[in-house]
Amino acid sequence: MAEPRTEFAISVEVNGTTVERTVESRSLLIDFLRSDLALTGTKVSCELQVCGVCTVLVDGRPVSSCTYLTVDADGRSVTTVESLSSGGKLHPLQEAFVDCHALQCGFCTPGFLMMAKGLLDANPGAEREEIVEHLEGNICRCTGYRPIVEAVESVARQQRAEAK
Amino acid sequence: MTEFSTVGTSVRRRDLVEKVTGSAEYTVDVTMPGMLHAKVVRSDRAHARILSIDATEALAAPDVVAVVTAADLEPLFPRFGHIIADHFILAPDKVRYFGEPVAIVLAETLGAASDAMRLVRVEYEDLPSVMTAAAALAEGAPLVHEQAYDATGDDSFKSLTGKKHTMEFPEAEGARTNVAHEVDLEWGDVDAARAGAHLVVESTVHYPMLYAYGMEPYNAVASYVDGALSVVSSAQHPYMVRDDLARIFDLPLSRVRVSTPYIGGGYGSKSYTKVEPLASVASWMVGRPVKLVLSVEEAIYTTRVDTADIHVRSSFDAEGHILAREIDIVMDSGAYADNSPLVLAKCVNRSFGPYRVPNLRVRGRSLYTNTAPASSYRGFGAPQGNFAAETNLDQAAEQLGLDGAEIRRRNLVRHGEAILPGKRGIDADLLADLEIAASSLERDRKDTPYYGMGVSCSASDAGAYPISTAQVRIQFDGSVIVFSGSTEMGQGSQSLLSQVAAEELGVDLGVVSVVQSDTSVTPYERTTGASRTSTLVGLALQRACADARTRIRDMAAEIWSCTPDEVIDLPGAVQGPEGAKLAYGEVVRKWFGGTAGEVTGIGLLRREGVTQEMPPFWETGMVGVAVEVDPETGVVTVDQLVTVADIGFAINPQAVEGQDLGAATQGLGGALYEELVYDGPQLANANMVDYRVPRVTDMPRKIDLVLAERRDGIGPYGAKGAGEGQLNPIGGAVAAAVARAVGRWPNRLPLTPERVWRLLNDLEDSDPPA
Repeated sequence: MAEPRTEFAISVEVNGTTVERTVESRSLLIDFLRSDLALTGTKVSCELQVCGVCTVLVDGRPVSSCTYLTVDADGRSVTTVESLSSGGKLHPLQEAFVDCHALQCGFCTPGFLMMAKGLLDANPGAEREEIVEHLEGNICRCTGYRPIVEAVESVARQQRAEAK
Repeated sequence: MTEFSTVGTSVRRRDLVEKVTGSAEYTVDVTMPGMLHAKVVRSDRAHARILSIDATEALAAPDVVAVVTAADLEPLFPRFGHIIADHFILAPDKVRYFGEPVAIVLAETLGAASDAMRLVRVEYEDLPSVMTAAAALAEGAPLVHEQAYDATGDDSFKSLTGKKHTMEFPEAEGARTNVAHEVDLEWGDVDAARAGAHLVVESTVHYPMLYAYGMEPYNAVASYVDGALSVVSSAQHPYMVRDDLARIFDLPLSRVRVSTPYIGGGYGSKSYTKVEPLASVASWMVGRPVKLVLSVEEAIYTTRVDTADIHVRSSFDAEGHILAREIDIVMDSGAYADNSPLVLAKCVNRSFGPYRVPNLRVRGRSLYTNTAPASSYRGFGAPQGNFAAETNLDQAAEQLGLDGAEIRRRNLVRHGEAILPGKRGIDADLLADLEIAASSLERDRKDTPYYGMGVSCSASDAGAYPISTAQVRIQFDGSVIVFSGSTEMGQGSQSLLSQVAAEELGVDLGVVSVVQSDTSVTPYERTTGASRTSTLVGLALQRACADARTRIRDMAAEIWSCTPDEVIDLPGAVQGPEGAKLAYGEVVRKWFGGTAGEVTGIGLLRREGVTQEMPPFWETGMVGVAVEVDPETGVVTVDQLVTVADIGFAINPQAVEGQDLGAATQGLGGALYEELVYDGPQLANANMVDYRVPRVTDMPRKIDLVLAERRDGIGPYGAKGAGEGQLNPIGGAVAAAVARAVGRWPNRLPLTPERVWRLLNDLEDSDPPA
């Protein structure tokens, strides 16, 4: 019987850059991002896909990188919190989170930002109820959530205004 | 226009900008050159003798460098604990709880360490265990600790309450018990008061076992080289951790460096020493840096919240005035004392409420059991004691035909009145706060069935012990760096300290930066806890700024060849004779002669002057909760949450509101959803799937956060602390609201759907407290 393969060569687009690596078959996307690529902005907490801290976008869809195999990202595009701001300019969601005080310790924030981006990219101008429903998978222990919802709502409002 | 330029404004927090970009550094992000990865082999039973540990197979595994066990620690002091040094770094002869560290596996990669961890063979002989406080108290109960330990608690702990503290370590072997700590508080003649009372109300409640869930699990990276130890850790109190580590290695304090970058959630649960000794002894063993990051499950088994069984008996006159209160508190503090003696002492102080209580008797006991160690959690004993006594008060109100606000109105102490003899009077206007909370609730009361409201209040002797130091360094361009040992864990201390410095020195907030929490760099700070930073660090920083200004005036006088009293302060500058003016940067440059130099101001705070009287301030809580219960399912929906923070002065109002809503939300978690459950030797739900914390969909429909700013604190500009106050009374308010909605009084939290449904249907608890 053949030995199971323990390593795979993959090609992933991470924040717009194509990365080619050989990874262990058990490598999780969160470890690939944090350890192999030193993209430590994404955090990890529950390791069970229920806290949302490790959320990144894979082909624009939010996934929990703590339970997503790196090999499954082969040929796909991964977006992390590091890509949000450019040229020293914050993304509107980042601005809104700071303005609304939608974070304190900040550990859950990259996950909330990516989850919110996933929603507002797919559904610009989302209403409050949609926002609340969409963010239910993300835990924040500091804020009591209201400022987070307000921050995302304010960006959705901007989107609605711009669409007019 | 306000009288202030910077404080009192919700300024943009620079730490938040770092955090939204992902560039903020947390301990989990820190690496050291050549570091190894550690995994901890943990006990898989509650109480057992260790017969042997066989690491042969693990050591033979690929990339494994070493396996550390208690036997290796023989040259060291193998325990830690800032009150009682009872906490073994690695279990020596026996394990005292499921999850206790037994060995550390060190490998070149995390994967290799994880694989090899499973290859360490530990042979045990089971011992009878005590899994609850009641079992630990029983006659002839097995002992969790057979031996005595020296108390390491310093004067600040001993003088904490000025009342009887018993470190329960009797000399005679036969007299040993599982009582880790005992605190008694008594005044007046309780028995006589009860005998003459119009009404006596008794109640017993159980406060659940909680987990704070700071989302960054405990972690550290340590490097021991040539008699010097350097540790980066997720510790709230790096100086306290340093002291523990120095004792372990018998090193001078100057040779132990502990630094703390941003912390991913503290809430008291990252107070004191956690995993730093494990990482440090591992590094000491192999001479290479070691990184240890716990999983959430391991973090739950490292520190959870003290449970409490509390009996309250209150006596009242016909008008509802309290005549006497008798409170008996039994806490399950787990296998090691950690901070539980302090939690107990605070629970005792905070149990009877900010009321006129002419006769009082409180007995508190903290028990060792074979469960995960308990320690600090936001509120320090207040949530437990307050829930018990506030529920009792609300039951009395019902029997007296009063509403919850009215019975409090009749008993609350007035501003300046003491609730603890010899201590600072209450520096808050609780009566006014009560009216704010009650009227907000009433305004939005819904006239629907199964709707209930509760108001509840608390007072905590906060601020901890007043020892604090701060530094400001004025650069030669006039910009300012603040140095503080106070840790930024999300509460906003970094931003707040920059506001105070900008205000005091009259400089723009944009030129102030803050360096925090590195024991070899920043000035000493006892702790970051008990809501002390605004008040105590704020005072120390004001003094540091005044000191810097004095130095600047002296230097300017030298430059102008005048006397220092001819120099007066301007914002960011000084003015001398004949209208001469120099900005701070110019003073520094001229005095040193060149584009160089720096002026350091130092601020010291100790127990004297405004901080002589203890506590430094009272942190009060005043909350209102309205709930709607679904009679079919027992699900509780929070319709209203009202908090009134009596904070004196809000240096950053948005940050205070953030703390209040966060604290109240954690309170709602413990009141409605959260509970760790032991099933046999181990927890049934040591993970975030089964341990349910509040989510965005649980948000109260109405949230009203009120800041009562009456400038009556001793802190800068009249400030007092915030952060815990609005958690403490939530349990009582929720219990009262649910009781009024369903018609029966709960005797425990959390009020899960099943428990509420059983209350509603007059059924017994399916899982009554032990």
